[in-house]
Order: sequence, then structure tokens, then C-alpha cells
Amino acid sequence: MEPLKPVSPGARIALGAGFFAVFIAAWGVATYGGWVPPLFLASPGKTLLAGWSLLTEFGFLGDIAVTIWRVVGGFLIAAAVAVPLGLLMGAFKPIEAFFEPFLSFARYLPASAFIPLLILWAGVGEAQKLSVIVIGSVFQLVIMVAGVAGATRPDLVEAARTLGSGRLAILRRVVIPAAAPQIAETLRLVLGWAWTYVIVAELIGATSGIGHMIMDSQRLLDTGQMIFGIAVIGIIGLVTDLLFKAVNRRLFPWAVL
Amino acid sequence: MSAKTLRIAGVTRSFPGQRGGAPTLALQPTDLAVGPGEFVAILGPSGCGKSTLLRIVAGLDRPTAGQVMLDGAPVAAPGPDRGMVFQSYTLFPWLTVEGNIRYGLRERGLPEAQQAEVAARFIARTGLRGFENHWPRQLSGGMQQRTALARALANDPEILLLDEPFGALDHQTRELMQELLLEIWEADRKTVLFVTHDIDEAIFLANRVLVMSARPGRVKAEVPVPLPYPRDWTMKTTPEFGALKARLMGEIREEVRKAIAAAG
Repeated sequence: MEPLKPVSPGARIALGAGFFAVFIAAWGVATYGGWVPPLFLASPGKTLLAGWSLLTEFGFLGDIAVTIWRVVGGFLIAAAVAVPLGLLMGAFKPIEAFFEPFLSFARYLPASAFIPLLILWAGVGEAQKLSVIVIGSVFQLVIMVAGVAGATRPDLVEAARTLGSGRLAILRRVVIPAAAPQIAETLRLVLGWAWTYVIVAELIGATSGIGHMIMDSQRLLDTGQMIFGIAVIGIIGLVTDLLFKAVNRRLFPWAVL
Repeated sequence: MSAKTLRIAGVTRSFPGQRGGAPTLALQPTDLAVGPGEFVAILGPSGCGKSTLLRIVAGLDRPTAGQVMLDGAPVAAPGPDRGMVFQSYTLFPWLTVEGNIRYGLRERGLPEAQQAEVAARFIARTGLRGFENHWPRQLSGGMQQRTALARALANDPEILLLDEPFGALDHQTRELMQELLLEIWEADRKTVLFVTHDIDEAIFLANRVLVMSARPGRVKAEVPVPLPYPRDWTMKTTPEFGALKARLMGEIREEVRKAIAAAG
């Protein structure tokens, strides 16, 4: 190992998979070896079995679909508000000065603390679940997009002006394309946070979803089901992350060459 | 080819003082007229305000006093009539070489076919054939500046503003780029304002060299370059070139010494 020396693609995959193996092995030793009572932690085998019965007998696939729908829906609403507003704030400083102080305050409001209020306002239906995700991600997203757009290289803006671009053309043809790869990266990051908020929303006042299933399993002390539910979230997160990265590489070949 | 007269009248620039200090005068009142088809080099030590003057002509900076006029019409904002090439690499990284060259054409709303035709012409003239579809980051510094030059020229500006465009290039590449620029200018005879701190470059390219004083800048000497065009690199070894160089070195050394003394 040399500092900062790159690792070959094959070795990177092997090493990454290696830690999963070590993690599962340690879990196996702790449970099969009797170090942790089964009441607190199910073994890997028990967890898989619990997962199988969840999927085949208890319609867990439906829960997964509902949760994905909520995450994607809430995330898309947040992005539809945050990306345009963030771009305008980054490009035009008076707009930034208008919104920034409030957003800096709002981003610290914990989304989970809104749940009781949201239940009061929107009931326990889908609107409430989506609202939790939107509140949890929209403020962060606006601030991050504004930061990215505001960091557009001023010399590129000047070059565009000498080539005849006016204000809106600079926004459309310089600020947006310059910021796009970083914005996509920001969206990838915030989508991960949206997953945290959806589960919190589903732990309270929900009748479906992965979070609701985990809550039900707790009543039955079924740690296998709970761990399987949590692991499913991790797997979905990993897959969307890889998809996002692949799409970004496709969309922005100039940024990753 | 269109060419217009550039007139700079009493242009002054001072920057507000830092933390309540006195304002810094960067540019003393400067007058200058550049006729159609002239190639004027502005030569000066670092920090003498020569780039500030060029940025004011481009409309990227506002003078504290005075006015810039192009054929009698005052200029206040940047526009496609004044094409600019910067010292830093300012190609749009998300556009290919061709996309960069087409940028201004698309801004003017030229039809696709015409954009492609103009771009192809300047790709050929700047020696970029075969690189049309490269991303800027795949290009060497010299190739990036060729593209930047093509991008400015494709817009068919009245006047070309060059702010040390070859300053970041290695010596050999710089000389090749000077010859390329000269070749283009000799063919088109566009009005050019060229900022540099390289004496050889100024003499080799320009038909008039303005020497600027140390900060606060002013034009302290005007040296015509009576060497005939077309010029090529062999000109750099002629006695006439040497005599001009000796004269300009004398002017510049004094200013560099003043600038260093002021900084100390």
C-alpha cells in the first residue's frame, strides 16, 4: 500500500465484497456461537428464513413498493421545488439574500418532530408521509443546489458575456450546465436521507410500508424480520446509488473523463 | 471584414480602499485611439492595469471616469462586437471543441447548418481538425487556446481583445500560437488589442506597442513597429527587431524596478 496509489477495478470489487463477507461472518460468530441471545439478535440464517416468509406469506413486496413510492414521490416533489429555487438563488444574489436566512433556520427543523403536527393537518394518509420526506429534504437540497450554482466559475460567465449571452442565457447555458453534475450528485446524497425520513414516517401512524412492518415485528419480538426489513432498505439504497452513479456518468461524460 | 475605430477617452479606474483605507488608483486617465485593422500591443509589468484597461474595453469592468467608444457609440456592457480571449482557460467544459466554437453563433440564432459551416471554417483555420468532438479537458493548453481563439473569431467581432492569451503556455507552443494569430490577422486585418508582458511577442505581432507605467498605470511610451507584414519567425533575429527590443527593454525595466520598489 502506497499513499494515494489507485487500486485496480478488480481489486476494488473484491475488497468491497470482502468487507460484506467479514461483516456477515462476524454476525454469524456472534449468533451461532451463542455470544448474543437469539431474543436480541437473529442469526443470518434465521433472518433469511424470516425474510422468505415475509415475502411469500405476508405480502412484504407490497410494503416495499409502497415505501419506494413514498420515497420517490416525496423526493421528486422536494427536487421540483429545490432545484429551480436553488439555481435562482445561486445565480442571483438578491434572491439568495431573501431566502437564505430562513432556509438556514428551516434546515435545522427536525422532520420527525413535525409528524404529530402533520398527522393533525393531513391525517395518517399518503399526504402526511410525503410531507415528512419533503420537509426533511427540501431545505437541505435548496441550500446545497444554491451553493453549487453559486460556485459557477466567474471567468466562464465572463466568457459567455463577451460571446453575447444576456442574463437568462447565462443562467440557461452556463450556470445550469456547469452545476448539473454536482446537482445530480447532491440529489443522490439527499435521496439517501429521504429513506431515513420515510421509515420514521412509517413507524408512526402507518398501515403499510417497510417501517410499519418493522414496527409490527417488534411487537412479536421477531428480530429476524426486523433485521431483514432494515437490510432490504440498505440493499435498495445501494442499488439506487449505483443506478444514480451510472446515469450521471452517462449524462455528464465531460465531468468524469 | 468589418473593422471599427476604438476610442478610449480619459478612462480611469480606482478600486475602493480595503477596510476604510484610501482607494487604490489602478489606471490613470488614459486616452487611446485604435484605427480599423490596427494590431496594438499593450506592454507593461505585472499589475500595471493593462488587463484592467482591456476588461473595461470588453465591458467586463466599468471605468471610474471616462468613456470607451466603438465608432462613436459608447460601450458599457460586454457584447459580441468585442471578442475576447482570456489568459485562463475559459472553454465551457460541457461543450466539445465544436460546441464551444458554436456557442456565440447559437446565441445569435444562426441556423444549424450555418453554425456548422462557420465552425468548420474556424476549426480548419486554427488547426483543430480531428479534435472537433474532444472535450476541453482532453486538450493541451495550446489546443484549448486555439479553440478559445476560434470561438472568439467565429463570432465575427469588430475588435479582438486578447488578454495575455498565450501567457500560460510553454515557450515553444507560445511561438507557434503567435504565428497562427499573425497568419489569421494578416488575412482578416481585424482590429486587435493585445495585452502582454512579453516584449518579443509585442514586437513580433503588433504594428504599434504601447508601454504602460507601473501602477497606477498610464501609457508612458508609444513605439511604432515599422516591420513589414507578412512576418515570420526569422524576423526575430533581424537587427531592426533587436533595436526595437533594446528600446522597449529599457522602458520596461525602469517600470518593473518601480513596481518592485512600490511593492517593497
